[in-house]
Amino acid sequence: MSGLGLNHFLVLAALLFATGVLCVTLRRNAIGLLIGVELMLNAANVNLVAFHRWHGNVDGAVFAVFVIMLAAAEAAVALSIVLHVFHHAASISTDDYTEMKG
Amino acid sequence: MGAQIAFWIFAIVTLGSALAAACARKIVHSAFALMATFFGVAGIYAILGSDFLAVTQVLVYVGGILILICFGVLLTDRVPDEYKVAQPRRWLPAAVAAGLSAVALLGALQATKWPVAAAPAAAESTVEEIGRSFMTSYLIPFEFASILLLVVLVGAARMARGGTR
Repeated sequence: MSGLGLNHFLVLAALLFATGVLCVTLRRNAIGLLIGVELMLNAANVNLVAFHRWHGNVDGAVFAVFVIMLAAAEAAVALSIVLHVFHHAASISTDDYTEMKG
Repeated sequence: MGAQIAFWIFAIVTLGSALAAACARKIVHSAFALMATFFGVAGIYAILGSDFLAVTQVLVYVGGILILICFGVLLTDRVPDEYKVAQPRRWLPAAVAAGLSAVALLGALQATKWPVAAAPAAAESTVEEIGRSFMTSYLIPFEFASILLLVVLVGAARMARGGTR
């Protein structure tokens, strides 16, 4: 760990988060949006783990485990919604999801 | 010195593959680039000394979420040809949004004085501490998490099966 400061990890996480924003705004594919959200969650987790090391208590790591768990739940629900909507609209482009009824 | 070299390697792998995942023309390529990103982040956790999180990252993200995403890509591939080629994309607003968020985050990083120690705590295995926390101070959130996972499992299976009401 010598020579590595907290800022190394925070800057990496910030750039990873910006990449996630790029993915979410660039994609018109519902699964692509999900990939962007996963990138952002990973960026937040890098921050949590870095602060956990520098603070020296375990709370950050526990919180990161909860974030990973919620990301798994979110991916499962989002993909089942995508599959369900795909049956209705025959498309996974977000531009085609223009109605909420039935 | 070794940790520093490993950090730069993993940082470049993570950011490069994340960029590839964001910009790849085909969604399958995006999913495979995402795998490299998850491994890179797991390496960053390992450098930070969080052995449990590095393993969990590989198990849950690469073994679970990425497989789910691949299934989603494959199951929604029966689409007309016009959707198979990449659709017109909004480069300018996307680049502006990503650039603004990067500038805002990096600016906040520079402006904030973090109340942390100058050097990280000594690297030791965190498995025991995390397990103890889950069974003591984080017991209620832990139980709620298990209920949430059960509800998600049932709900996702129910919804993905299609429109039987």
